Amino acid sequence: MSEDRVEVRRTAKLYVGGEFPRSESGRSYEVHSADGRLLAWVARASRKDLRDAVRAARSAQPGWAGKTAYNRGQILYRVAELMEGRRAQFEMELADAGASDPRRGVDAAIDRWVWYAGWCDKVHQVLGGTNPVAGPYFNFTIPEPTGVVGIVAPPDQSLLGVVSRLAPVIVSGNTTVVVASEKAPLPAVSLSEVLATSDVPAGVVNVLTGLTRELVPWLAGHMDVNAIDVTGVPDDLLKQVEELAAGNVKRVHRAPEVDPFSPGAQSPYEITALMEMKTVWHPIGA
Amino acid sequence: MSQAGEIEPSGAAGLPFGSKDAVRLVTRATAVDAVGLQERAASLGKRSIKRESKLWALDLAIRCMDLTTLEGQDTAGKIIAMCAKAVRPDPLDATIPPVAAVCLYPQLVPVAVGQLKNTGVKVASVAGAFPSGLGPLDARLAEIREVVEMGADEVDIVLNRSLFLGGLYESAFEELVAAREAVGSVCLKVILEIGELGSFDRVRQASVLAMVAGADFIKTSTGKLSAGATPPGALCMMEAAREFFQETGRRVGVKVAGGVRRSKQAVQYLVLLHETLGPEWMTPDRFRIGASSLLNDVLMQIDKERTGRYQGPDYFTID
Amino acid sequence: MGDATDIEKRETGTPEETPPWEYAPAPESTEVVHLRDRYDLFVGGRFVEPKSGRYFTTINPATEEPLAEVAEAGEEDVNLAVRAAREAFEERWRDLRGKERAKFIYRIARALQERSREFAVLETMNNGKPIKESRDVDVPLAAAHFFYYAGWADKLEYAFPGRTPRPLGVAAQITPWNFPLLMCAWKLAPALAAGNTVVLKPASTTPLTALLLAEVIEQAELPPGVVNVIPGPGGKTGEWLARHPDVAKIAFTGSTEIGKVLRRSVAGTGKRLTLELGGKAANIVFEDAPLDQAIEGIVNGIFFNQGEVCCAGSRLFVQESVFELLLDKLKARLDTLRVGDPLDKNTDVGAINSRDQLEKITELVQSGIEEGAEIYQPDCVLPERGFWFRPTLFTNVSQSHRIAREEIFGPVLSILTFRTPEEAVEKANNTPYGLSAGIWTDKGSRILWMAERMKAGVVWANTFNRFDPSSPFGGYKESGFGREGGRHGLQPYLHLDGGAA
Repeated sequence: MSEDRVEVRRTAKLYVGGEFPRSESGRSYEVHSADGRLLAWVARASRKDLRDAVRAARSAQPGWAGKTAYNRGQILYRVAELMEGRRAQFEMELADAGASDPRRGVDAAIDRWVWYAGWCDKVHQVLGGTNPVAGPYFNFTIPEPTGVVGIVAPPDQSLLGVVSRLAPVIVSGNTTVVVASEKAPLPAVSLSEVLATSDVPAGVVNVLTGLTRELVPWLAGHMDVNAIDVTGVPDDLLKQVEELAAGNVKRVHRAPEVDPFSPGAQSPYEITALMEMKTVWHPIGA
Repeated sequence: MSQAGEIEPSGAAGLPFGSKDAVRLVTRATAVDAVGLQERAASLGKRSIKRESKLWALDLAIRCMDLTTLEGQDTAGKIIAMCAKAVRPDPLDATIPPVAAVCLYPQLVPVAVGQLKNTGVKVASVAGAFPSGLGPLDARLAEIREVVEMGADEVDIVLNRSLFLGGLYESAFEELVAAREAVGSVCLKVILEIGELGSFDRVRQASVLAMVAGADFIKTSTGKLSAGATPPGALCMMEAAREFFQETGRRVGVKVAGGVRRSKQAVQYLVLLHETLGPEWMTPDRFRIGASSLLNDVLMQIDKERTGRYQGPDYFTID
Repeated sequence: MGDATDIEKRETGTPEETPPWEYAPAPESTEVVHLRDRYDLFVGGRFVEPKSGRYFTTINPATEEPLAEVAEAGEEDVNLAVRAAREAFEERWRDLRGKERAKFIYRIARALQERSREFAVLETMNNGKPIKESRDVDVPLAAAHFFYYAGWADKLEYAFPGRTPRPLGVAAQITPWNFPLLMCAWKLAPALAAGNTVVLKPASTTPLTALLLAEVIEQAELPPGVVNVIPGPGGKTGEWLARHPDVAKIAFTGSTEIGKVLRRSVAGTGKRLTLELGGKAANIVFEDAPLDQAIEGIVNGIFFNQGEVCCAGSRLFVQESVFELLLDKLKARLDTLRVGDPLDKNTDVGAINSRDQLEKITELVQSGIEEGAEIYQPDCVLPERGFWFRPTLFTNVSQSHRIAREEIFGPVLSILTFRTPEEAVEKANNTPYGLSAGIWTDKGSRILWMAERMKAGVVWANTFNRFDPSSPFGGYKESGFGREGGRHGLQPYLHLDGGAA
């Protein structure tokens, strides 16, 4: 590696429908490291990009939900294998973002991803079941994915933060549009590159980089988004988001504020918060 | 159909089944479990056929092929070229047999009849407002009669799905019986269009309807939808034909059509046929594959079996 | 105008010469398996020679050819293995964080997937089952069990509301010869996920895939002593293992007879026990069933794995109104079964696992003939060497015939009739066994009504022999107790305390 060698610099693009388009608006914005270096020009997504991302998520949803839970679990486990292979890049990005212990952050992110992957074929056993109704009927409750979920990633802890929001959503068969952290989007971009090379089908996860305040209202008001995870939404925007979400009675979920490294930061209830409970009746009789 | 021997002929015009019988048989057709059916088809899809057996199967696939063209742009020239291919699929190899039939639109029947005289290759024509089957009945029957008069050896018509799916089984049956009468003694193939029927129970019912109406073949598809023949769909029809044979003693043939492009698929259907209906059906009188690009793929596979090398498309003529 | 005679005319055209349709032999290559001449015990993370100094020969039941010499664990070997497991539990495994345990178990799952062909061929060579079964069922399910339970290792607090689970300690696991690798997976996966360590004794006629699995575990770098594999005869190695005072739990799959012996031998010791024993399952077909698929379910139910299956559908109950039709279809279907070289991809029914087992089957079939049942067997040419039995049906069977009461554990189906659902339930339940049952009908409410009344741990409706790591499996009555699979499958391997660990 000679000192004269010129480095090939990174372009960070959107991840929509399994591909990496630039924003249709042609805009981008600068991302700097914690110590002020220019890291990259990152695509600045527009509402039309968001519209396209929601379409991609919607069309991918039946296929993703239709896979067996075991298959989804295997696919997601393999994402962790790929993340482990990319850890040097992730650690560097976390260091650039000012993380005090990038290695710990990457360890925690990969382990959390594995933890959630293992729930794919178990959450139904823990939160679904038969109901002993008072009559000759077989009655059972099945948890099902709600559909297309919007995620606003937390501004900080930008790898562990996005993993903590993203993994529980897609475990059950939801698809998603993620608005990445505005000031530290690169880990989410690298994660999207990992997803693109994994067996996760195109459109299951879509990642938009850009200005949070510009994108979030469009996401919150979109009539074809079933739920929105607002954990990463700034407090002063929350009221507006919830009002917009009322337009199609979106499910709004905010995870409790805990230290992201603590065990309380992962839970199967983060999965079921974005699931619907379907209850089926059938008579019992010869 | 739950009891052997319970079906008694009671129909008019000397036909074995009257319309009341037919409706009863259709609505009481044996239930089909989709998952079990698909598993059986998939399991038979893993049968390994090697060497001499494979060569024999590929040869049979050609002998059972209805080489098909059903395009608005078919001209006399196109038909002439296709007929040459049908009679001599590989100009350099005389051991390759001719196909069973060519299958085309009514307007081109006279051209084909002229080309295929004395070759043993049959002329099959679609008729009856193919592919929807939803023109006026008189016109459909007239079209059928006319293609027979023009010299077609076989006629492929569609089941009236509009009537069938609407539950008007009696009318659907009567239309098929009328078509049966219109073709006379010429071979009648009834297309069920399984891609439109919605469930395997329906495929079973439609098979029964066509067979009791006197079809010589039940056929999976028109080839005009993206959903054509599938192994479970074909298996369902074969199981229906098996039961029909056990109840009545009559062997009805099965034709798969629509999306059969690769030799591997053709061999898969032959496995299903053999395992379900047995050796008596392994003949062009009882089994057909409606296809066009399949023929060259089969020729390539035959060459590969003989020489051990994978073939390229440049070595086989396109017609 | 067409008439009946025209239809007949079209019929009589003789079909062309029907040349033979033969599936030419399609043998799976054995190159992928690297058989050693000699296999040692796997104790304390390494392959070690047995203190007993003894080795036994394991053979291929399809050819009777010897495959390898395998170490036989004597009493001292058993003690060393249990000690290694105890030490590993206390020092390396119990206190390892769940998520790290999980990652070890995921490694085993992935390795099984990578080496799937090797495992499948070896299983077929040592057990006699058709390669398409070991390839398509045994090995994928084994990998899936490890994958599923790996995910529980760090989620135990969610498995049992209000409880804080703790592992038991050293688990002694005794596995049978009918699904050698799969039963290892069913046993090891939940035990390890729960935080226990294991001493596993595979069946004497089929030790090889367990030993290959030990190699995988060694390569996965599981801490030494967490899993130990010690082949040997059940009456000796198994007995010493079960009686060892440092064993906290015993899991056994095998015959009801040996299950009772084990139950007696742990009496009063406080050791936890799960038993997965024999069965005589009823497969019940109603008139409105999807008949062609029911035939497949019946055939799978009794001929899958040569009928050497605890949950085999060995008693077929057919509603009388559809009996003749079903029997015709069934006989025709039997005629298409291919019995022969298990390594041939087209084989449906393979070899019986041992001479002993073949003799048991033969004796019971003879009793069926003597007691007056009517036998049907398709004509098929059986290979000269090896242990083989033709697929067999008995009709004219009554509840009191030995072939209707005793587990045959072979490809032999007893067929009885019934008239009403109540009668079917009564006769199906009229047995000391209670492992599984099948119900075939198009009517949903009847499925649920029958399922409610079957005294069986597993009920299959419009299907048969379906297994999944998330689906609990186990018996009622003399088919054993305890469940394997699902959340319930963790329970036998845990203390469920109310407080902190």
